[in-house]
Amino acid sequence: MQIQTGLEAGVEGALLKADVRDLDFYYGAFHALKRVSMPIYDHRVTALIGPSGCGKSTLLRCFNRMHDLYPGNRYAGGGIVLYPDDTNLLAPGVDPIEVRMRISMVFQKPNPFPKSIYENVAYSLRVRGMSNKNELDDRVESALKGAALWNEVSNRLKELGANLSGGQQQRLCIARALASDPEIILFDEPTSALDPIATASIEELITELKEKVTILIVTHNMQQAARISDFTGYMYLGEMVEFGVTDQIFIKPQKKATEDYITGRFG
Amino acid sequence: MTASATLSSQPRPLGSGISDRLSKKASRHVKERIIEGLLFSAAAFSVFVTIAIVYVLVKESWVFFETVPLSDFLFDTQWTPLFDDAHYGIMVLLSGTLTSSAVALLVAIPLGTIIAIYLSEFAGFKVREIAKPFLELLGGVPTIVYGYFALTFLTPILQKIYPDLPGFNLLSAGLVMGIMIIPYVASLSEDAMRAVPMALREGSYAMGATRLQTALWVVTPAATSGIASAYILGISRAVGETMILAVAAGMQPNLTFNPTEPGATITSYIVQVALGDLPHGSIGYQTIFAAGLTLLLMTLAFNLLGYWLRKRFREVY
Repeated sequence: MQIQTGLEAGVEGALLKADVRDLDFYYGAFHALKRVSMPIYDHRVTALIGPSGCGKSTLLRCFNRMHDLYPGNRYAGGGIVLYPDDTNLLAPGVDPIEVRMRISMVFQKPNPFPKSIYENVAYSLRVRGMSNKNELDDRVESALKGAALWNEVSNRLKELGANLSGGQQQRLCIARALASDPEIILFDEPTSALDPIATASIEELITELKEKVTILIVTHNMQQAARISDFTGYMYLGEMVEFGVTDQIFIKPQKKATEDYITGRFG
Repeated sequence: MTASATLSSQPRPLGSGISDRLSKKASRHVKERIIEGLLFSAAAFSVFVTIAIVYVLVKESWVFFETVPLSDFLFDTQWTPLFDDAHYGIMVLLSGTLTSSAVALLVAIPLGTIIAIYLSEFAGFKVREIAKPFLELLGGVPTIVYGYFALTFLTPILQKIYPDLPGFNLLSAGLVMGIMIIPYVASLSEDAMRAVPMALREGSYAMGATRLQTALWVVTPAATSGIASAYILGISRAVGETMILAVAAGMQPNLTFNPTEPGATITSYIVQVALGDLPHGSIGYQTIFAAGLTLLLMTLAFNLLGYWLRKRFREVY
């Protein structure tokens, strides 16, 4: 009951953006997600924490149907309801490309395309068939501003994205994800390949971005989850052990297992 | 002899000699040296052979160029070394080589690239496992078989379309040569595409791209340097191909860029002379070394181009 109260306090004014309900997922014969349920609130940052192999990245990659790219992966029950559509993203009749147009992603290792900085950001617009030069210019500029990269690259947009530093590359990837105005952005350990200064700038950026989009982030770093998220889910062995308001998860977890992980006694 | 630390500033000796357990072992040293020597001689052998080939070509060509001025060789428009009125214009053979190679590459590069994109980005695991051996088999067919395939199968078909086509022509030989080169272009391009990290593809798909967009806009540009190498290898194969042209293109020196005519290439001319009854040491015989040197310089130029392209477009993932 206390979890409920805590949640309600944090949820005040927040609308549901997506809802994971009893989700089961298999990699071949391996049961990777076991009846996982969690809400995702609109314009909030939700963090997924847990030890390696607990299924947090697997859960994240269900949101944009990345698992569809590989044979043998199977959504085996339950689903993820996206609002306001009130549609299960994982239903067979849903087009994964349409899902990815609305739910974008930033990866663990910065993965800019072998293209110019401009074309990297314009990519998500070009795949949607946008070719008007002025419109592209405007959208690329605002995405780069949104990713706090515009001031550093505005005079070198024709240079290769790979020429930027690691932190800049990751912000370029965020700009790329932002350009198409997604509703949700998924971050898969976005700072684990970055130094502490670049990490701080990405964290600050994520906090700003929730004005515009809903954010779901997987992180190995518990301090990071505590710093930037509004809600936190702790996963272990494919199960959602505890979900709640971040402050409460870190200060007063309800489950012993969560407390052990957070205090460093385990994991 | 104590190991205890001392705070005195007196300089101390760096140990007392070398203990048995730490001293250099003579037997290991010798073994390493022998193995190193064997590896070095294997590497040196290939360098030596290359240098020897260049030496022979240059030396024998020297004899040729003492009789025939270089300007005649480069600018004469006739190649008649076996006639009384001998002319030595390499352009004639070069035109045959370039024309047949162009026909071959017009077949091999587009088809090879499309096959590579399909196998790397679209085909499922099973399709790829079945298709690749077949493709590689195509590259393993002896070129003499391709030559007779061109002469006795493709040329008659082409003659139904162009009734004026002569029985020996560069077009038929070039087309079949293109089919022969497809596996090289396709296989190497596919390797280059498959080497593109999955992270780049995932990045593209995550932006809502389709398979085709991912293949054409992300994977292919990322694999440019490898694909360029595949093309260069294809060009080298085309320029150096001999049997198909000797069998199906007619071996008639003919200054033309029209593929529907018969023609001789540098390679098919060399075969013709090497198998003919020209006395060794005659100027007619020496022509093959000059022709061979020209061929070597051409492939060298393409290799340098390939090297430059690889450097220019090397992708850092």
